[in-house]
Amino acid sequence: MAFDSFSEFIAMGGHAPYVWSAWGVTALLLLASVWHARAEQRQLLKSLKRRVRRENSSRGNAQ
Amino acid sequence: MWAFIHKLGSPKWFYGISAKLQPWFWVAAALLIVTGSLWGLAFAPADYQQGNSFRIIYVHVPAAFLAQSIFIAMAVSGLVFMVWKIKVADMAAAVMAPLGAAMTFVALFSGAVWGVPTWGTWWMWDARLTSMLILLFLYLGVIALRGAFTSRDSASRAASVLAMVGVINIPIIKYSVNWWYTLHQPASFTLTSRPAMPTEMWLPLVMMVLGFYSFFIALTLMRTRSEILRREANKRWVQDLVKDQVEEAR
Repeated sequence: MAFDSFSEFIAMGGHAPYVWSAWGVTALLLLASVWHARAEQRQLLKSLKRRVRRENSSRGNAQ
Repeated sequence: MWAFIHKLGSPKWFYGISAKLQPWFWVAAALLIVTGSLWGLAFAPADYQQGNSFRIIYVHVPAAFLAQSIFIAMAVSGLVFMVWKIKVADMAAAVMAPLGAAMTFVALFSGAVWGVPTWGTWWMWDARLTSMLILLFLYLGVIALRGAFTSRDSASRAASVLAMVGVINIPIIKYSVNWWYTLHQPASFTLTSRPAMPTEMWLPLVMMVLGFYSFFIALTLMRTRSEILRREANKRWVQDLVKDQVEEAR
């Protein structure tokens, strides 16, 4: 461990604003990428499924 | 060999194999990034000159590596698409661009933030920084170009050409620190020599770099699968696949 206490870890030897903003932006963008990819996948599958159901029900009505 | 390439180029086959590969890359990315972060932030010793601000290296270097590698991957995919008309290559190229732009932004931002305590300035129009800024504009250009055409094929070809031409910027970024006088230090890591830092400093960095690469591969597989479904929505195999899922849900 390079730090003696948790508050020293947060303070980063006076470099807290630099270290945490760089790490924060990185973490935010990585997480946002995952979130976006998941939302994209879900939305797409939902609309594809909706189309299949609609086709099924219209076929059902015609018979 | 040719049979393999064409199989790889088949969206249906790619959709299947990527589902099997994807979890491994997500697990590798999570393990490497979490371990590397904890190690780099809390356990690696502080730099004797820079103190704790050097811990920015653990996000700056992996992001800068990815920023450049993703552009090369995009250019190679563009070439494969143009020469062999393999559509999956174009889909992969399309989904890579936003992550590449994000990583270029991270490299620039973390570099600027790091520059304040170490160089006394957040920006300089020097060769390394300027060529990285050009990379960001190239990414944004590729993304904008894809959106600018009504015909998908024209958009794909235009984006491929821009990626293939823009890749010239990559060696310029790499050698900028040797060719010109710059504020940015030369590479800390080369394949041929041991890094000039203690093991407990560079090992977490290696983990972060590998973690970021795994993340890129996992995300690209995931998003390429979505792109396949989107573009092949009217194909028989996609409709059968969706039908099966609808049946199962009942």
